[in-house]
Amino acid sequence: MTQRRQNPRGVFHFVIPLIILLGMAASPVAVLSASDEHDPPPQRASRAADIPVDSLVFETPPPPFRDPDLFPCSECHNEDQPPNPERRILEEMHEEIVLRHDEEHRWCLDCHDAENRDNLRLANGTLIPFEKSYQLCGQCHGNKYRDWRAGVHGRRSGDWNGDKQYLLCVHCHYSHEPRFQPIAPKPAPLPPGEIK
Amino acid sequence: MNEAISRRKFICIAAGCAAAVATGCSDLTHTSWFRNNFRDMSPEELSSIIADLEKKHSATFGKTVTVGNEPPLPGVHFAYALDISRCVGCRRCVHGCVEENNQSRDPEIQWIRVLEMDQEKGIDFHHANPYYDPELVPQEGHFYLPVACQQCKNPACVKSCPVGATWREDDGITVIDYDWCLGCRCCLSACPYGARRFNWGEPGLSVEQMNPKTHYLGNRPRMKGVAEKCTFCIQRVRNGQYPKCVEICPTGSRKFGNLLDPESEIRYILKNKRVVVLKNELNTDPQFFYFFG
Repeated sequence: MTQRRQNPRGVFHFVIPLIILLGMAASPVAVLSASDEHDPPPQRASRAADIPVDSLVFETPPPPFRDPDLFPCSECHNEDQPPNPERRILEEMHEEIVLRHDEEHRWCLDCHDAENRDNLRLANGTLIPFEKSYQLCGQCHGNKYRDWRAGVHGRRSGDWNGDKQYLLCVHCHYSHEPRFQPIAPKPAPLPPGEIK
Repeated sequence: MNEAISRRKFICIAAGCAAAVATGCSDLTHTSWFRNNFRDMSPEELSSIIADLEKKHSATFGKTVTVGNEPPLPGVHFAYALDISRCVGCRRCVHGCVEENNQSRDPEIQWIRVLEMDQEKGIDFHHANPYYDPELVPQEGHFYLPVACQQCKNPACVKSCPVGATWREDDGITVIDYDWCLGCRCCLSACPYGARRFNWGEPGLSVEQMNPKTHYLGNRPRMKGVAEKCTFCIQRVRNGQYPKCVEICPTGSRKFGNLLDPESEIRYILKNKRVVVLKNELNTDPQFFYFFG
C-alpha cells in the first residue's frame, strides 16, 4: 500500500522541481536577450531605478542637514578640489563627523559620490538626491526599508485612510551615527497619594 | 402638532423647574434633565443637546467649542499596534493625549500609563514601575510598555456598567455617555488593564489648555463624578486623522488603522510581525496589539 501511494508522488517530486528549475534558468536569459535586442548594454547606473519599488516617490520633509550652509557641497567640492580617494580620518574639514555606522567597513565615499558631492551614490553607482536617501539606507537595511514603505517603521502623521506624511530615515537616525539618541522623558504621573 | 401641552410633558417641565429651584442651578434646561441615553436619542433631541453643550462650553472657555457626533464609518474596525522594541518611554504620548482630550490637569488624569519593565523579567505587571523619572530614556536593561484602553471586543467594563452608560460602537471603540454615567466605578474595577479613570474632583482645565474640537462620546469636557478613558481620539479618527499619540510618538512606535482594510498598516503588522495582546487568558479580546518590529 505505502509503496503504491508513494510512487505517483515520487514522479511529481522529480518533475515539478525540474520544471521550476528550467523556468528559473530560462527567465534571466529571456530578460537579458530581450534587453540586448532593444537597448544598448545596460549601464550599471540605471539598474536600481528600474526596480519598480524605488520609483515610488515618498513625500517627505527636506533632509535635515546639520549645517544647511554647507549645501550644495559642490560649492567647495568642485574642479579646484579634486577628490582624494584614499580612506582616512578627516582632519582639515568635516572633522566633527565621527562615523559610528559600521565604521570598520565603511567610509565617506561608500555613500557620497566622489565626483558629484551634491548626490548620494548607491552601491551600483546610481546617483540619488539627498531627498531619496531612503534608497541608500535600504540597500543594507532591506527589512526596515520594507517596513518603512508599508508605514510600519518610522513616524507617520496625517490621515490613517488618506494622505500620510513620511519622514526620511535620517530625520530620526543621524546617518553617521544612526542609533536613536536617548531623550529626556516628560514628567512622571503623580502617585495616588499626592493627587489632591 | 397639538398645541396643547401633554400631561407627560407638563410633569416633566414642572419637575425640571422644581429640581432647578431646589439645586439652585440656573443653567438647567429641560434637555439636560430629561434627556435619553445617547443611543436612544432622536436626531432632534441630540442636536438640541449638542447645541446646548456647545453654547455652555463656549461660554465657559471663551472660545468656539464644537461638539461633534460623527457616527462610525461603514466598513471600518479600528485597531492599534505598538512596537515594544522601539518605545523609549519618553511619555510624549501621555502628555499629547492629555492636551488633545481635555483631561483634568488638577487633579491629574492621564489615560496612558507607561510602565517601565525589566528586560530580565519580561512583561511582568507586578514589577512594573510607572513613576520612573531618570534624566534620559531608555534606561539600560529596561523596556517600556504604554498601556491605555485596549478597546476589547469583549469588554468587561461594558458588562459591568449597571446603567448602559458605556458601550462598544460599530467601529470597535468603547465609548461613554458622560451624562448617563452614575459614577459607580464598577467599570474601573472591572477593567483588567486599569485603563479607566475617574473624575474624583471637579476637573481642572484652563481656558488655554482646552481643545475646542470635541466629540460627544470623546473629549468634550467632563464633570465631577464620571468615568473616562481612551477613545482612540474619536474626534480625530472618525474624521480620518491618526490619533494624537500616533502623531506625537518620536520613535514611530505607535500604529493605527482599519483592521478590515487588507492594505492597512495594522494588517501588515498582524501578517508580518510577532504580536502579543495583554492578558490574553481573560478572553477580553483586545484590539490593541503589541508587536516586535
